Amino acid sequence: MWDWIKIAALGLITLCAALAANWARDLAYQVHALIIMAIAGGMFVWTVRTAGDEKGPAPTGYNDGVIRAGVIATSFWGIAGFLVGTFIAFQLAFPQLNFEFLQGYGNFGRLRPLHTSAVIFAFGGNALIMSSFYIVQRTSAARLWGGNLAWFVFWGYNLFIVLAATGYLMGATQSKEYAEPEWYVDIWLTIVWVAFLIVFLGTIFKRKEPHIYVANWFLLSFIVTVAMLHVVNNLSIPVSIFGSRSVQVFAGVQDAMTQWWYGHNAVGFFLTAGFLGMMYYFVPKQAGRPIFSYKLSIIHFWALIFLYIWAGPHHLHYTALPDWASTLGMVFSIILWMPSWGGMINGLMTLSGAWDKIRTDPIMRMMVISLGFYGMSTFEGPMMSIRAVNSLSHYTDWTIGHVHSGALGWNGMITFSALYFLTPRLWNRDRLHSLSLVNWHFWLATIGIVLYAASMWVTGIMEGLMWREVDAQGFLVNSFADTVAAKFPMYVVRGLGGVLYLSGALIMVYNLWMTAYGKQQPAQAAVPAE
Amino acid sequence: MTKTPEQKEIGTTGHSWDGIEELNNPLPRWWVWILYATIVWGIGYTIAYPAWPMISGATPGLLGYSTRANVAADIAAVEAANAELMDQLATVDLASLPENESLHSFAINGGAAVFRANCSQCHGSGAAGVQASGYPSLLDDDWLWGGTIDEIAYTVTNGIRNEQSPDARWTQMPAFGEMLSGEEIGQLVAHVQAISGQDHDATLAAAGAPLFLDNCSACHGEAGEGNRDMGAPRLTDAIWLYGGDADTLTETITNARFGVMPAWSEEWRSAGGLSAAEVNAVAAYVHQLGGGE
Repeated sequence: MWDWIKIAALGLITLCAALAANWARDLAYQVHALIIMAIAGGMFVWTVRTAGDEKGPAPTGYNDGVIRAGVIATSFWGIAGFLVGTFIAFQLAFPQLNFEFLQGYGNFGRLRPLHTSAVIFAFGGNALIMSSFYIVQRTSAARLWGGNLAWFVFWGYNLFIVLAATGYLMGATQSKEYAEPEWYVDIWLTIVWVAFLIVFLGTIFKRKEPHIYVANWFLLSFIVTVAMLHVVNNLSIPVSIFGSRSVQVFAGVQDAMTQWWYGHNAVGFFLTAGFLGMMYYFVPKQAGRPIFSYKLSIIHFWALIFLYIWAGPHHLHYTALPDWASTLGMVFSIILWMPSWGGMINGLMTLSGAWDKIRTDPIMRMMVISLGFYGMSTFEGPMMSIRAVNSLSHYTDWTIGHVHSGALGWNGMITFSALYFLTPRLWNRDRLHSLSLVNWHFWLATIGIVLYAASMWVTGIMEGLMWREVDAQGFLVNSFADTVAAKFPMYVVRGLGGVLYLSGALIMVYNLWMTAYGKQQPAQAAVPAE
Repeated sequence: MTKTPEQKEIGTTGHSWDGIEELNNPLPRWWVWILYATIVWGIGYTIAYPAWPMISGATPGLLGYSTRANVAADIAAVEAANAELMDQLATVDLASLPENESLHSFAINGGAAVFRANCSQCHGSGAAGVQASGYPSLLDDDWLWGGTIDEIAYTVTNGIRNEQSPDARWTQMPAFGEMLSGEEIGQLVAHVQAISGQDHDATLAAAGAPLFLDNCSACHGEAGEGNRDMGAPRLTDAIWLYGGDADTLTETITNARFGVMPAWSEEWRSAGGLSAAEVNAVAAYVHQLGGGE
């Protein structure tokens, strides 16, 4: 019976997608309709061929297949995102790389949202979904709820990424930073996200542990808040049901405020709360130590959740936004400093009594530097939200540097260490293929981040000072082009930082691949003491 | 999991998930005190500055702070300090401006700022122009429409070949590809290369000379010396608006050019226009870059 419903639904979707492709008003919409038609059509044929087959007994134990897929997707999208990021960094340094034959598809303006979405939503999002599925099963001692719904979340989310990314290249964007996908892609993500919430909550409900572990509080707050942010910021009316264009419901400064309420909380709940959830599981597991303080985890969790949601207006200092809103954004950002640091303290202090592991365990070292960058970025952020500081830093590369010390340092490093933690366990190997390659990855990535962040501090502060420089009579001293020309050396350094970071990630992928294929290097023979 | 002695003293919460336990450590004191301090500061700051939304407006704060008022005050202060010189500049006789040393110096500084904000996008921040796009260099003495301060100011005010100002400088070169054969255009190109002192094919150039007289001399002059009344460039020097090589000349003669400059006077623009004083200032700046007459 279920098979017949599926066949009917898939047939209907295939037909509707074909009609939509026929009547499409723009290229992006047409290509997307064809993609959906191909996927639904393929599933239709497959379901017809297997209809009525005997199903095996329902699987038991943890559902790790979807997590293995998540590990692969996270690695793949990570490389893709870093590669595009490195390329556009060089496009800024050498504008000739905006090749004539790529105009309209591969110029900086099209590739930049591809990079941000690939690293935040494709790499970060897959890492979050994959690790939340792993963590919620282990800490609830229960199989993922909902059977194949977890697989729907995985494939549905990755379809969202493909639709978003191809849409950017073909010019389908609603021009809201980190919320570029157009209306039908947004609707699809909403469906997938609700399924994600259901799988997660269902597993929590059937847990065998009496309490809910702190990692799951963070992961749940991430899932719920991102759903709310996504729906409100993407309220828009399609121009046509057969086209990718839409019109935002909010206008003017209200739209800007909604966008940065969303934008900042994408940082707060996606990149902070969600990744803190990962941290709260993988750090104590890797260290083999108890969490430092239960009290701290409660206090800093609720303080973080309460305060973050107010901080968005600090993105709109000195704009049409009223002063009172800008004040509140700044004040809450500064009060947010300690609640953010609570996570760093709990992570780092979990190591107390096991500090020697930093020397012997490169994965642990990666977690520690990740927490270090987390602490640095969550200090830098409140500082930059101060109006006086922001008047210098806003619109400059300092912001880009800040984002990347958080993204490359905190999100990237904690994700890498999670991947190193998970791969041997998920593929049933004793250990990683090579720890010395992890060490290489650690140093390449760390030096890459330092080059990136330092060059952006220099160039950001320099261009901020150049923009505001006036002579004794109040006349502007520099033209905009002068400030761009002055940034060239730092742009090259930034690109090199990207190359290092990307090389480290490629080494990681090789290492994970060899681990999954079961090719461990023989353990080094102990050298006898002389 | 192994526990150090002090951890045994502190004890865990008794929970365990997948082997993870939690210690009962108190909140770090320094953490708590900094959190309290930021909260106290936050309350104080929201009393001092505009902060809390009410029914018909927000609390204004005790300090009367306003970003808009602050920037308006900054601008007003600069304008007040420069008011006298700006007034003089708006009405000055431009031809005699260089004699008034202090006003001229003020105009050059102010004009440089106007140039950086409005002109450098096309003419380059060093005013060297962009030949590939036909944006002229302003550093030489080869002027299309005239190089006195007055003429520069007129060009800035009204622009070239635009729909904004009825007084825009306006002429148009015909596209000779519609009138002449490819062979004839090749001869013209050779002739133009000849009069500009470049390597050329003498036979073709000789054939091009009568064609030049028939088709080009009305604007560019019989010897190709150019005509500023028509904005027709001089063809006898090594300075080119679009380029003097055979390919570019062929393109120029075949399809003609239509370089546009916006009218910058606030009279012709709904927003972002220049005041009379600013036009005069930027004219004085451009005039002293090297080629002013």
